[in-house]
Amino acid sequence: MSYNSADIAAFSDIWVFCEQREGKLMNTDFELISEGRKLADERGAKLVGLLVGGPGIENTAKELGGYGADKVIVCADPCLEVYTTDAYTEAVCQTVMDKKPEVLLIGASNIGRDLGPRVAARLHTGLTADCTHLDIDMNKYLEFLSEASTMEINTKKFDMEDTNLKMTRPAFGGHLMATIICPRFRPCMSTVRPGVMKKAPFDQAKADACEIEMANINIDEAVLKTKVVEVVKETKKLVDLIGAEVVVSVGRGIAKNVEGGIKIAEELAEAFGGGVVGASRAVVDAGWISADHQVGQTGKTVHPKIYVALGISGAIQHRAGMQDSELIIAVNTNDTAPIFEVADYGIVGDLFKVAPLMKDAILAAKAGK
Amino acid sequence: MRIYVCVKQVPDTSGKVAVNENGTLNRASMATIINPDDLAAAEAALRLKDETGCRVTAVSMGPAPAMGMLRELIAMGCDDGVLISGREFGGSDTFATSQIIAGALSNLGIGEDDVIFCGRQAIDGDTAQVGPQIAEKLNIPQITYAADIKKEGNKLIVKRMLEDGYMMVEMQTPCLITCIKELNAPRYMTVKGILESFEKEITILDYPALKDEPLIDPTTIGLKGSPTNIFKSFAPPLKGAGRMLEGTENEMVDELVSELAKKHII
Amino acid sequence: MILSEKYEMMRKNFRNFAETEFTDEILDHLDRTGEFNWEIWKKMGKYGFTGVKLPKEYGGQGGDSLAYVLMNEEFSRISPVLAIYANTPNSLGGGPLLACGNKEQLEKYLTPAAKGEKQIVFGLTEPGAGSDAASMVTRADQDGDYYILNGRKCFISGAPVADYAIVFARTDPKQRGARGISIFIVDMKLPGVSCGKPEEKMGIAGYPTSDLVLEDVRVHKSDMLGTPGAGYKTAMTTLDGGRLGVAGQSLGIAQGCLEESISYAKERKQFGKPIAMHQAISFMLADMATEIEAARCLVYNTAMAKDRGDKDASMMCSMAKYFASEMANRVAAKAVQIHGGYGYIKDYKVERFYRDARIKTIYEGTSQVQQIVISRSLLK
Repeated sequence: MSYNSADIAAFSDIWVFCEQREGKLMNTDFELISEGRKLADERGAKLVGLLVGGPGIENTAKELGGYGADKVIVCADPCLEVYTTDAYTEAVCQTVMDKKPEVLLIGASNIGRDLGPRVAARLHTGLTADCTHLDIDMNKYLEFLSEASTMEINTKKFDMEDTNLKMTRPAFGGHLMATIICPRFRPCMSTVRPGVMKKAPFDQAKADACEIEMANINIDEAVLKTKVVEVVKETKKLVDLIGAEVVVSVGRGIAKNVEGGIKIAEELAEAFGGGVVGASRAVVDAGWISADHQVGQTGKTVHPKIYVALGISGAIQHRAGMQDSELIIAVNTNDTAPIFEVADYGIVGDLFKVAPLMKDAILAAKAGK
Repeated sequence: MRIYVCVKQVPDTSGKVAVNENGTLNRASMATIINPDDLAAAEAALRLKDETGCRVTAVSMGPAPAMGMLRELIAMGCDDGVLISGREFGGSDTFATSQIIAGALSNLGIGEDDVIFCGRQAIDGDTAQVGPQIAEKLNIPQITYAADIKKEGNKLIVKRMLEDGYMMVEMQTPCLITCIKELNAPRYMTVKGILESFEKEITILDYPALKDEPLIDPTTIGLKGSPTNIFKSFAPPLKGAGRMLEGTENEMVDELVSELAKKHII
Repeated sequence: MILSEKYEMMRKNFRNFAETEFTDEILDHLDRTGEFNWEIWKKMGKYGFTGVKLPKEYGGQGGDSLAYVLMNEEFSRISPVLAIYANTPNSLGGGPLLACGNKEQLEKYLTPAAKGEKQIVFGLTEPGAGSDAASMVTRADQDGDYYILNGRKCFISGAPVADYAIVFARTDPKQRGARGISIFIVDMKLPGVSCGKPEEKMGIAGYPTSDLVLEDVRVHKSDMLGTPGAGYKTAMTTLDGGRLGVAGQSLGIAQGCLEESISYAKERKQFGKPIAMHQAISFMLADMATEIEAARCLVYNTAMAKDRGDKDASMMCSMAKYFASEMANRVAAKAVQIHGGYGYIKDYKVERFYRDARIKTIYEGTSQVQQIVISRSLLK
């Protein structure tokens, strides 16, 4: 029986490719299994994890059950210990062609984004990358659409029975959102960025009940055309203000406790996932921090994803250096401070009280995920 | 050795972007640029040319204005340019696009010693799929996220970036490499290069020129050949004026954090 | 003015280079210390900007006057002083060589200049001979196969970093005025050649300017450029070409000022709205933009006329330099005014543009000299 990706009826179940590095599962695996569980429930189908790695990797598989996988299919082979495109594509495609899942989700790590397209091309099916939202049920999708867009939703225009996976993703640098479908081929493939989907709470009973199946794969040495010479881990390099994704800046508001103010800015940047501390001109001129932290007309112009201004009044000289940041949060005791004119969120308050609360709340929210 | 560099002309999304009422992009109002990852790929190819004297051909699939971009690449030092263009190719998703480009490259000829360079992803589609899919269709190995490329005999030694480090990987030619814009600082054009580029002819490969290629099958190109389709496109709500949060310090912080969580910022 | 795809591509390239390489750090350092930036100089050589207008056979890019103007404009839009780095070999350095150099001289001196490997400067002005260049007193006395040069040149742009200087000296003391002046290529390393202390200028700091002192400098007759006694004409032809460069620089400064002013006026709020919404400011912006566009059309048109060999091209070069440089100063003044107090502070770009603009109506032929050239041409 030859494989035909257009024979839609022959495909069923939701699969999640689970990546491992050095024998450890990635956090995205749990996020995607959690999301996959929701989709499987909407579809009334099984949720299967596809785990690929070196011999013995099956010992980590049960954990995937704890997040909602009914079953894990394991491809274990010495040539799968370290990632190569050729070996992994072979393993995944052989298994997919054997079992015919309806949906295959892959975490969009550097490796996932290397593997996904190759697999999709070989299987002659569609792949949508970097999805931020997935729906199978049309009602749920329309709910999402009405919140996420400014469109008028006319339910008559939609086929409410449509069970295609609706994959929504940002396009054109995020200025546009697009929902993509793959109506004529299976499996419908989607890559999802780490940190986008929410991890469900871990359930030990479900983990214990998870079924493990060893896949029957056969990888011919001849198809492996690359060789990994070495794998090197590098500690994160120091981030420059200009390239930083997160900048937390301090202004004259830290005067009563300069050291403490700079410290809480550092901690807040860390809580956001790593960032750089910036400063207004007043702080640099007072000698509280070195000039290379200065943001503004003199000093650096930054465009981070998140800019937090703590105790900064926001004179035009400072605003010139940060007003094009994607999201601006300002904290100041003075409700008429000009910084609030450019902020997306403004908090009138004492930065020494507010910033620690922010830090704790962000860390708590992240842990809850 | 011959190097093919696949490049795409994209709207400049780093500045202001205009969106039409129906949720599609107002492309006419935007400046076009060479996709930044592709520019890095071209620079990587030109550096190999500086070392080995090989021929570098810039290839792009797109409408006629993409010719200006190919001329710029020739002005930078590429030997020639090829534009793959035809109405039949329009509406292609990544699967169909890679099919067409692979067909065109086959048509141009891929030798044992040749390398195909691509950018990792385009700033309009952001999918990072076309490069690997071209490699699959041509049945050649790939390395993505290349940060350093060295040629040793008929092998390439490539530094492949991971999130927390890198791999050094050996690969035989013919092969495909995708580059990230952090890989290098692309060179500028020279006035002499610009003047010479206007003397060179850019080859145009349209559907009639390619239809006999095995990879160019009407069922796998264009809108009809695309496994994925756009179901809906829409503009996210505009970034409105900022909000002053209210309540006690705890309440304000909680509201802020829940907003950030909703927007996937944390 | 609508340029063809070829010239738009050149403009894009020059703009890209300037925006990427001329960082604020580099510009601040130049302005504060006045030190020559060798790294940028080398990059300019690498990409052939030092030979944009020079012939391909002598290491140049083979571009025309319009390409040259665009380079000056786009570089000056970000950094007026760095534009001068690229401008000098194309005009004042290369001009005399192209006008009357023989093949050996072109190969020896022009090629390395075009490639950015060596720097050649133009030594005409003296303490007593500025606009009245012909009243120069630097002498070159023949001694067998050599000429012995004695004298002092001043305000020589680039002298402290130069490898060679094109020096104008009187070989026939019996002749007065424009007659009897010859040109010599002087190796700056020759015994007797020295530079004065670099001047502390109002603007364009970063391209050092100083006196060039010649004390019994022995220059071989093979390094005489052109025919003895015919030097003054060459000086004038060279300055003619340089005028377009200065006109291009002026356009760039004015454009930079306009862009800064628009951006500032949209941001700065007074009386409840951005100052751009107040007519006093918006009308200033309108006037600035209109003048710039008018000057641009004049300058580009002149570049094309020069390349065509139009008989009025020389007069047009004077008009272009005269109008564009005066315009740049008017626009820079308005730009500072729009910025208010901030425009007087070094943090803001227009403060430097204002100072850099001031030299454009003075060097390479003052506005008054241009008026002489233009009126003489009209009254011929």
